[in-house]
Amino acid sequence: MTGQALALKSEVPFPPSVGDFYLPSIVPWGSHDSLWFTKITVMVWVSAALIMIFFLLAYRNPKLVPTKAQWIAESAYGFVRNSIAVDMLGTRGVRFAPYLTTLLLFILFNNLWGIFPFIQISPNSHIAFPAFLALISYVIFNYVGIKKFGFRKYLRNSLIPPAPWFVLPILIPIEFFSTFLVRPFSLAVRLFANMFAGHMLLLVFTLGGFAMLNANALLAPISVLSWVMTVALTLLEALVIVLQAYVFTVLTASYIQGAEAEEH
Amino acid sequence: MELAAVSGSLAAIGYGLAAIGPGIGVGLIFASYIQSTARQPESGRMTLPYVWIGFAVVEALALFGIAFGFIWASGS
Repeated sequence: MTGQALALKSEVPFPPSVGDFYLPSIVPWGSHDSLWFTKITVMVWVSAALIMIFFLLAYRNPKLVPTKAQWIAESAYGFVRNSIAVDMLGTRGVRFAPYLTTLLLFILFNNLWGIFPFIQISPNSHIAFPAFLALISYVIFNYVGIKKFGFRKYLRNSLIPPAPWFVLPILIPIEFFSTFLVRPFSLAVRLFANMFAGHMLLLVFTLGGFAMLNANALLAPISVLSWVMTVALTLLEALVIVLQAYVFTVLTASYIQGAEAEEH
Repeated sequence: MELAAVSGSLAAIGYGLAAIGPGIGVGLIFASYIQSTARQPESGRMTLPYVWIGFAVVEALALFGIAFGFIWASGS
């Protein structure tokens, strides 16, 4: 049993806190100070394995008239290639389509744990996973820009916008701040905070229901309303999950496009 | 003389204030998208990626509010 389920059985700790995100570890079993192998780790492995196995199976024996699995795999890849990579990066963007597809699916599968019954926490609600994904995207878009223009011209392209000379002293620090510091930070924090806030919302309404049930006879019936809200918010979370996976991918594509663009 | 006293955390009020700006911003983005698509329906697909980029960039401000609430929680 996990921390959340245990909490429900004993007296309800309300409001939920950051501590609720640290699930007890699996090896060594049940300890709270070891974070090397937890349920979160297993979830990430399972989602990575699911994606790999699915795509390997779907493409093991490709047919001209696709089977169902092949059709799903092809539409996932085709969607990212056509409506993200090619739309935003032009025909040369096809070479980024494999990375963008992997990114989208990995984030999507990891986010889906957030509403998966009995698990209901996303690995992305720990900043480490979004931060590393953002780091990969950051390295890629800078590498692409530096490879295309060389270091000095890339910096000049991305830092000096076409503007009158007297505003440049203000613009260059702002451009540097926004392109090289805020971009990776906001990419990571956006995904993290969405998953974090989503899990927190579900916790507030679930635990709030139990808290009201335990409080007094007058509040007890209202707890049903709280649990109905949990169901409604789960549906909202489903929307947020898909949207954030898409947004992360689109922003990565847009940053690559910005690094590759000739003009600012 | 004390006129009013507040005990406990003001973080909720702070975050409520912080959410006003991004709320208006996200509203403006979707309002513009709906308006532009109503005027020229065939441009809907073309402008959609920019809607999501704009939405994500504006939404980030509200989400920073959540993150910094916890980062600075120990400060006071």
